[in-house]
Amino acid sequence: MSNRKDVLAVLRENARQSNADIARQTGLTEPEVERIVDELESEGVVKGYTAIVDWEAVEEGDEPVRATVELNVTLDRETNYIDIAERIAKFPQVKSLRLISGDYDFDMEVEGDSMSEVSHFVSDKIAPIPEITQTVTHYIMESYKEQGVEFGDSNDDDRLSISP
Amino acid sequence: MTFEPADRVDQVPPSGIRRFFELAEEMDDIISLGVGEPDFSTPWSAREAAIASLEQGKTSYTANRGKRELRERIADDVAERYDLDYDPDEEILVTTGASEGVDLAFRALLNPGDQVAVAQPCYVSYKPGVTFAGADVIDVPTRVEDEFKLTREVLEDSGAAEADALIFCYPNNPTGATMTGAELRPVAEFAREHDLLVFADEIYSELSYEHDHTSIATLPGMRERTVVFNGFSKAYAMTGLRLGYALAPPEAITAMNRVHQYTMLSAPTTPQYAAIEALDNCENELREMREQYDRRRQFVLSRFDEMGLDCFTAKGAFYAFPECPWDDADAFAEALLEAEQVAVVPGSAFGVGGDGHLRVSYATGMSDLKTAMDRIESFLADQ
Repeated sequence: MSNRKDVLAVLRENARQSNADIARQTGLTEPEVERIVDELESEGVVKGYTAIVDWEAVEEGDEPVRATVELNVTLDRETNYIDIAERIAKFPQVKSLRLISGDYDFDMEVEGDSMSEVSHFVSDKIAPIPEITQTVTHYIMESYKEQGVEFGDSNDDDRLSISP
Repeated sequence: MTFEPADRVDQVPPSGIRRFFELAEEMDDIISLGVGEPDFSTPWSAREAAIASLEQGKTSYTANRGKRELRERIADDVAERYDLDYDPDEEILVTTGASEGVDLAFRALLNPGDQVAVAQPCYVSYKPGVTFAGADVIDVPTRVEDEFKLTREVLEDSGAAEADALIFCYPNNPTGATMTGAELRPVAEFAREHDLLVFADEIYSELSYEHDHTSIATLPGMRERTVVFNGFSKAYAMTGLRLGYALAPPEAITAMNRVHQYTMLSAPTTPQYAAIEALDNCENELREMREQYDRRRQFVLSRFDEMGLDCFTAKGAFYAFPECPWDDADAFAEALLEAEQVAVVPGSAFGVGGDGHLRVSYATGMSDLKTAMDRIESFLADQ
């Protein structure tokens, strides 16, 4: 179990490493790492691997428009949160969907090529779902930190090159 | 009248890493595995506590011994982690880095002509510190076949029985060696038999990866003869904030504080606020840093093994200490720097017993570490 934890910790830090390098960091053999990664993937523990992109640094025009959308819903005897979530999550425009505590029910992240695309998606596809009672769209203007990685260039190593 | 260094200053050679530092500083784009401090920054909440204290104008001196609140936290912390029991009023002195503590102990507790057994390879300041205090050094070279642990045998062979005091550091800079409680026991016996004071530099105590750190002061009959040095630099990545502490019986702390109150007055105030926060709320960051060091350690040791570079299993701090494949480790380090732009430090810079080895620090991000290992491998292959 702790081997799985170790491999997971290494993957979460940087998933783009060879099995050999993961093995070197965890004291496991390469075949063991391969087996554990296979297990983590096939059991659905690891759902995927993705790049953390600072869109500010990408050439103009390539940056997607992103928004977080607050969703309020009503439930009835036949419909619970999961039913609604499954319906919304199927849209490829929806990048993340979470049930949260507080003033609204779902926190939905949407991505599109333009503001009008995102607005139309919310008004045409999400708002009409019968259980949805209200949507509030917040466009993301700037991102300072994503998935634990801080953007900007404050991480320069200013240590002396040699010290005792 | 001209300025001439005093004799005891003149006796001390310039730091062995200085020349190497100058070489490295001249080059662009080197990957340095020659750094003796964490690559992380101080946990943000500790930095924020320091900032908040500045905003509130808390910029005056503290008590000579350090803020009482901090000394209490230190007492609780060392009790919980290492089973060390020290009174915050009488037995703890907050110092400007552990280095100041070591210097104070030498100056406050040694007389001219006293002899200090210095276990080596070691941090560069012990031997000069002994000399500045007017005392004499007995070299105690630890051995690669003992994985650079201090043993009764090397103490006996080096004449440490004649010494008045013994200083050592585990987990060790530069070797990465650690010592378990069982391994410290014969050292403690030796110190008791020959009535030595013991100066235990435990600055890397939180960075022990394969067993829990044991302080020699917890062994029978040792508390009364030991000064323990520790601090925030390595565990909480606070090197530049310069904050450490010494733990010792009241008579030792009183003597050290007498020097400290005249020469330093008090350790810097702002870092003391950072330190309180570090002890209160930065356990998760500490654990995360330790886990990252441990992964890098295993990575580096594996790569050395694969490239045929002999290296014992270093279990602490953030150093590996491989044997140099050339007879002249200084020449090797220089050639490696020039050919591959990778800096490591020759072991000879850390005193006797370090010859023929290289200190490789893994306080460097994983991607640089990978590149550096590739370069070292290709350098070895070209020879």
